[in-house]
Amino acid sequence: MANVAKRQFDAVIVGAGGAGMRAALQLSEAGLKTAVLSKVFPTRSHTVAAQGGISASLGNVQEDKWEWHMYDTVKGSDWLGDQDAIEFMCKTAPEAVIELEHFGMPFDRVESGRIYQRPFGGHTANFGEKPVQRACAAADRTGHALLHTLYQRNVRANTQFFVEWMALDLIRDADGDVVGVTALEMETGEVYVLHAKAVLFATGGAGRIYAASTNAFINTGDGLGMCARAGIPLEDMEFWQFHPTGVAGAGVLITEGVRGEGGILLNGNGERFMERYAPTLKDLAPRDFVSRCMALEVLEGRGAGKNKDHVLLKLDHLGPEVINHRLPSIREIAIKFAGVDPIKEPIPVIPTTHYQMGGIPTNYLGEVMVPKGDNPEVRVNGFYAAGECACASVHGANRLGTNSLLDLVVFGKSAGDSMIDFIKRERPVHKPLPENAADYSLSRIARLENQTGGEEVNDVRSAMQKTIQLRAGVFRNSENMALGVKEIAEVAERAKRTQIKDKSKVWNTARIEALELDNLIEAAVATMIAADARKESRGAHSHDDFQKRDDDNWMKHSLFFSHDRHLDYKPVHTKPLTVDYIPPKERTF
Amino acid sequence: MKMQFKIYRYNPDVDAKPYMQDCEVELEPTDKKLLDALVRLKVVDDTLSFRRSCREGVCGSDAMNINGKNGLACVTDVAGLKQPVEIRPLPGLPVIRDLIVDMTQFFKQYNSIKPYVINDTPPPSHERLQSPKDREELDGLYECILCACCSTSCPSFWWNPDKFVGPAGLLAAYRFIADTRDTATNERLDNLEDPYRLFRCHSIMNCVDVCPKHLNPTKAIGKIKELMVKRIA
Ligand SMILES: Cc1cc2nc3c(=O)[nH]c(=O)nc-3n(C[C@H](O)[C@H](O)[C@H](O)COP(=O)(O)OP(=O)(O)OC[C@H]3O[C@@H](n4cnc5c(N)ncnc54)[C@H](O)[C@@H]3O)c2cc1C
Ligand code: SF4
Ligand code: SF4
Ligand code: FES
Repeated sequence: MANVAKRQFDAVIVGAGGAGMRAALQLSEAGLKTAVLSKVFPTRSHTVAAQGGISASLGNVQEDKWEWHMYDTVKGSDWLGDQDAIEFMCKTAPEAVIELEHFGMPFDRVESGRIYQRPFGGHTANFGEKPVQRACAAADRTGHALLHTLYQRNVRANTQFFVEWMALDLIRDADGDVVGVTALEMETGEVYVLHAKAVLFATGGAGRIYAASTNAFINTGDGLGMCARAGIPLEDMEFWQFHPTGVAGAGVLITEGVRGEGGILLNGNGERFMERYAPTLKDLAPRDFVSRCMALEVLEGRGAGKNKDHVLLKLDHLGPEVINHRLPSIREIAIKFAGVDPIKEPIPVIPTTHYQMGGIPTNYLGEVMVPKGDNPEVRVNGFYAAGECACASVHGANRLGTNSLLDLVVFGKSAGDSMIDFIKRERPVHKPLPENAADYSLSRIARLENQTGGEEVNDVRSAMQKTIQLRAGVFRNSENMALGVKEIAEVAERAKRTQIKDKSKVWNTARIEALELDNLIEAAVATMIAADARKESRGAHSHDDFQKRDDDNWMKHSLFFSHDRHLDYKPVHTKPLTVDYIPPKERTF
Repeated sequence: MKMQFKIYRYNPDVDAKPYMQDCEVELEPTDKKLLDALVRLKVVDDTLSFRRSCREGVCGSDAMNINGKNGLACVTDVAGLKQPVEIRPLPGLPVIRDLIVDMTQFFKQYNSIKPYVINDTPPPSHERLQSPKDREELDGLYECILCACCSTSCPSFWWNPDKFVGPAGLLAAYRFIADTRDTATNERLDNLEDPYRLFRCHSIMNCVDVCPKHLNPTKAIGKIKELMVKRIA
């Protein structure tokens, strides 16, 4: 480790999206020496793309209660969510959102001067009775407003950002405690060791394992890859949300807020087909359900367009006033990416990969928990995770819209608090770094540098994306998934021999993409293996050969271990913090 | 479809000085935006470096100079671009490599206007109330994605990037002045009362012309100037 520079901090946060920046604020304001790493300038993190809203039972428009929000979230999760974490999130939601407002977030308003709220899929009043307006919104730019506000607040708090630094690997010592990360400074190409008392991962999702996704180029699951390589299991990776309304062909998202404002889905015959499948919630049923209905319409020959391969999202009946005021960016996206002006014409849409429900296993305090001996949940000292890369698990088998932005700020804050507490009480001084802390990362880079006769990064990535798209889609079956497991293992072998032509140090994006691919592959293998193993249908995991949810055998979280690719399972938390357990029942809408 | 490019190349590790590279790429029918074309070019030549992330015009990563005008590659249609498409890094900022510029100065100016709501009264237990009409004052201001298309097309910013706040920073300054929840208008005007920070803007409007989010920094700057005048009177 002779020529690797070292830097020391109380805390290192990897990721400057909503989750990372909410945590950073907590640590900076507590006066801890904190480094926040991001592959991109903070406001370029993909939280910026969130459109529709952030949920909280403020009741600004209609009566609402956090207990109803909790019920919807449990039901939305198809009873795979941990009920203690869900209670914590829904109960904390109102204060978390009010806090954002106090930070300066430019929410839309209702006449009383309070925050504007719109309906969203799966959010209901009185335990499923009728839709409720719970999504707090800043037009259709809620993520942008939230991310910029958190960045601004961090400017005020003097947070130290390491912009365009890519974390490469987690550093664990002989006890398994986390004591830092290695990271690559993109501008210089130098590798550093960042030594810390506590490390938080807030690296976002890995949506780019699919060929078609609403995710940004940078959403490559780096946190998952780093964990997998460091022996930390990945939880519930079989559960991927397909958002009903991605622009057909382009993948760019059209928010559910469009349907919240009154937009409807039509099949090729002009029929509002959701009325048939979900008589109560109709177009506002949860995403897993709506996506399946759409896919069925297309499969059964009722798709729209020349190839009958999509359905239509109609909103012209809302009128130019509502569209321009509440959904201005949607109009722009439709014009730019679908070539239609929604004031006049419907938007062609298809279910598109959107969100990773699984991730790094944590509890509701943001602490990373792994099995040890007979205990399924033992804390990894010094290690925390929050946001889309983490699995708390509040979203279970299917996330409700607007619950992710909420997850970011609620668990970003609680993880920050847990870290402060840990540093003060348990880790007042740094634990020493292991002897060879950077060796592993350096060897990965050296391998890439010296590879000859290898594979093109782009070819391997395309092969991975094609496999996952084909084998782990909206509808799954045993035969297809077994093939997927075999194919993805082959792709993973190829990924060990990737090669780049660019050997320079300064801003070498070829190297960055190759390193990202290592992370994508970990997420893809975990997804395929966990999906193939789950012999039931639950939430977003829809299995043709096992069409029913099987609570007796499968109401449990999967844990994927990368080193030997085995799966383990752990029970769902059925005990909320204060209220009664919500027992499973059939999901109808 | 084949497409011709002329791209600014500079890699400090190997090039003594920057040069313009002629190249050609075969586009697929799905390659509709300039960013798609650049990504395809990069498959052929992995040394071509540029920033990108969201590919939908909200993150502000891929601002560049396209046929002489600043814009985002991901929302620029390839159809209709004059060929060879001439692509350069944003003007006026130091080039690190190829299309990647050093944005330090740009963000420094943004930070200098104190880009956060200042209000020292203790917050209520609920929202700080704001009428829909007052909230509308923020429309056209808060949507900025910090892409720097505007500031790097502004001659006043080219000459004085260290002293002139520039259109993006001034738009943000007005965003907070216009917010009824912010109580620091006076302090903010003091911060800009300077021959350079605000008054270097000569209303040339280049900034308005290039903003991919259709924002109007010139108008915001005009409003700040008006407030300055009012304050003296
Ligand atoms: C188009 C779209 C619309 C959405 N709309 C909504 C909505 O309306 N409501 C809602 O609740 N949810 C919505 N979601 C989901 C939600 O936006 C995301 O789940 C959430 O923003 C993720 O936030 P995050 O902080 O976990 O990660 P991100 O915002 O993705 O940030 C990840 C951060 O990690 C950094 N990073 C990653 N890897 C590394 C590394 N190796 N080294 C250093 N830094 C690294 C990145 O640079 C970035 O700063 C939407 C998602 C999409 C894609
Ligand atoms: S109007 Fe002012 S800020 Fe805009 S380009 Fe001209 S001088 Fe620059
Ligand atoms: S004002 Fe427009 S051009 Fe300038 S940084 Fe903001 S979004 Fe970009
Ligand atoms: S890639 Fe985000 S704005 Fe173009």
